[in-house]
Amino acid sequence: MGRDCHGGRVASRDVTARKSERLMNLVITLLVSRGYVGKDRIRRVVDGYRDQSDEAFEKMFERDKEELREIGIPIDLGSNDKMFDDEPGYRIRRDAFELPRIDLEPDEAAAVGLAARVWQHARLARQTSTAVLKLKAAGVAVDTTALTLVEPLLAAGEPAFEPLWDAVVAHRRVGFPYRRPGQQPTDRTIEPWGVLSWHGRWYVIGHDLDRDSVRMFRLSRVTGPVRAIGSASAFEVPPGTDLRALARQLEPRPGDGTATVRLLAGHGQALRRRAVSVRDDGGGWDVVELALTDPVSLAEEVVVLGPAVVLVAPAQLRAAVVRRLRRLTGTEEVA
Amino acid sequence: MSDRAAEQVQRMLALVPYLKNRAGVPVDQVARDFGVAPTTIVRDLNVLWFCGLPEAVTGEMIDVDMDALESEGVVRLDNADYLARPLRLTVHEALALIVALRTLRETAVAGTADAIDGALAKLESAAADGAAAAQQVHIVSRPVDPDVGPAVQQALAQGRRVHLDYLVPSRDETTARDVDPLRLLNAEGHAYLEGWCHRAEGVRLFRLDRIVGLSVLDEAASPPADARPRDLSAGLFQPGEDALVAILDLAVSARWVAEYHPVESQTETGDGGLRVRMRVGDPAWLESLVLRASGGVRVVEPAELAERVTATARAALDAYAVP
Repeated sequence: MGRDCHGGRVASRDVTARKSERLMNLVITLLVSRGYVGKDRIRRVVDGYRDQSDEAFEKMFERDKEELREIGIPIDLGSNDKMFDDEPGYRIRRDAFELPRIDLEPDEAAAVGLAARVWQHARLARQTSTAVLKLKAAGVAVDTTALTLVEPLLAAGEPAFEPLWDAVVAHRRVGFPYRRPGQQPTDRTIEPWGVLSWHGRWYVIGHDLDRDSVRMFRLSRVTGPVRAIGSASAFEVPPGTDLRALARQLEPRPGDGTATVRLLAGHGQALRRRAVSVRDDGGGWDVVELALTDPVSLAEEVVVLGPAVVLVAPAQLRAAVVRRLRRLTGTEEVA
Repeated sequence: MSDRAAEQVQRMLALVPYLKNRAGVPVDQVARDFGVAPTTIVRDLNVLWFCGLPEAVTGEMIDVDMDALESEGVVRLDNADYLARPLRLTVHEALALIVALRTLRETAVAGTADAIDGALAKLESAAADGAAAAQQVHIVSRPVDPDVGPAVQQALAQGRRVHLDYLVPSRDETTARDVDPLRLLNAEGHAYLEGWCHRAEGVRLFRLDRIVGLSVLDEAASPPADARPRDLSAGLFQPGEDALVAILDLAVSARWVAEYHPVESQTETGDGGLRVRMRVGDPAWLESLVLRASGGVRVVEPAELAERVTATARAALDAYAVP
């Protein structure tokens, strides 16, 4: 394979290479041209179109344009002279094609490099890598050792993640079966306003069209396929919508008051760490007082510690612990 | 369907400006930067060699120095001034990168946040549509413990060993360990130190909020050469081959167990519950899970674990003087 045979290079290269070459030459032709390029000229100057039949060329050209648009290349259709009814042509506007100038300081470039490791979801990891690659191509030198950061890992294993993410970006309505805890799944139709990762769990927030209210859905509770409904750009997110504030409603409200437990000496280390006071109660036991912020998780912690702890007060929580233990011994039914 | 030719075009449109900025770069380095095999880059160059201006004569084609590539393994590319800049970021690419940076920002401690903010501001202005889409995605992480986080970060940056007092709640014990830090990470809602644990003689994860005491030692960290952060893309819980296999019945109220923890298989039990099979690295952890669920999780196998749970609950009940 040599450069000297420029005019008649067809050669032994495989189908993919020939197609890549055709696509590249099409991009270059549309990019360097001053005006719109008519189809006839495209067919004449781009290797690979020339020797096709009319019909084959049309099909090939349509598919090529579509594939280039899919990788983000903006191909415009228009006409050079609006006064005359000449045949429309194609072009790629350089300002829409090229990455704008972006100068990153070394520590900023390092942050970008570390960002490339965040996504543990295959498609988003690939998209992030492509973005970083384009920045490298623009001359940014990425040296991740310039910065020591906590490395967050953003996983998204829920099957509903990808279709919901796409629907949020496209502003497209979706429907899906959803199971609330302790209930049978029901079908929901929403305008998805946003997605949210809350302490490692994914949610979608949106306008539930059947219930006519804003709801939040945990992605792991979507029990079946997410269906796209209708076209893109079908709704606007109401201006001023604060997804973070909506999500904050998720967090359990901190309670108040105190709880008292008896702890066997040397046991219940996590409880002792956040104790308000610890007093020796004799016989190898301590009385420990705690701020009661989350009764359910305190009851759970107490049950895990088994005979090393006794919940003394409040009485209601003591009764709840007893019920839990009785369920574990089989002397009380599981609800 | 992603087309191989389109994928190659996408890569070549980055490759041309990349090479313009780095004359005579070794092909192996190009391959590393692009995350592909060197043969892939050579294949790309062989295609680019056939590209150029419309109706070009040989002198106007993209020029690749094939001799330098073959003899020295370096890449020189010329005659491609019309492809001097890479393609814009697509909405999805910009969105993915902006969200990743914001995620880094959530857990950044003082001194590193400025770099992330700077990168974000520049990216958001270079990719306005991606920045607009990013308004619809929010990442909320717990802030890293202000006592432990910066100290670990300092040890990591200076390459020093740390001494930990580490609480294991499922065993209700605190253990002292010397650890050579490998990285700090935030996953599934918690911050962790990953490092070579001299006590366990292996790479371990330590949740920062369970580090009861920490001191940065004068000794340099010296993990074995083959100690690497683990690939956690399959999740934090990756029980080994020798892990315990458990079969659990989850009541309706405890279906969340299958959402929070990786299960090998699950079947509906017909009454709204689930039967799951899971691998468990630490039996103490499973026992504490079953106790916490307080009846919502019934152990089918192993039977001795079921007996132990019942015995623990019975002993605990005695103290309340109720049957």
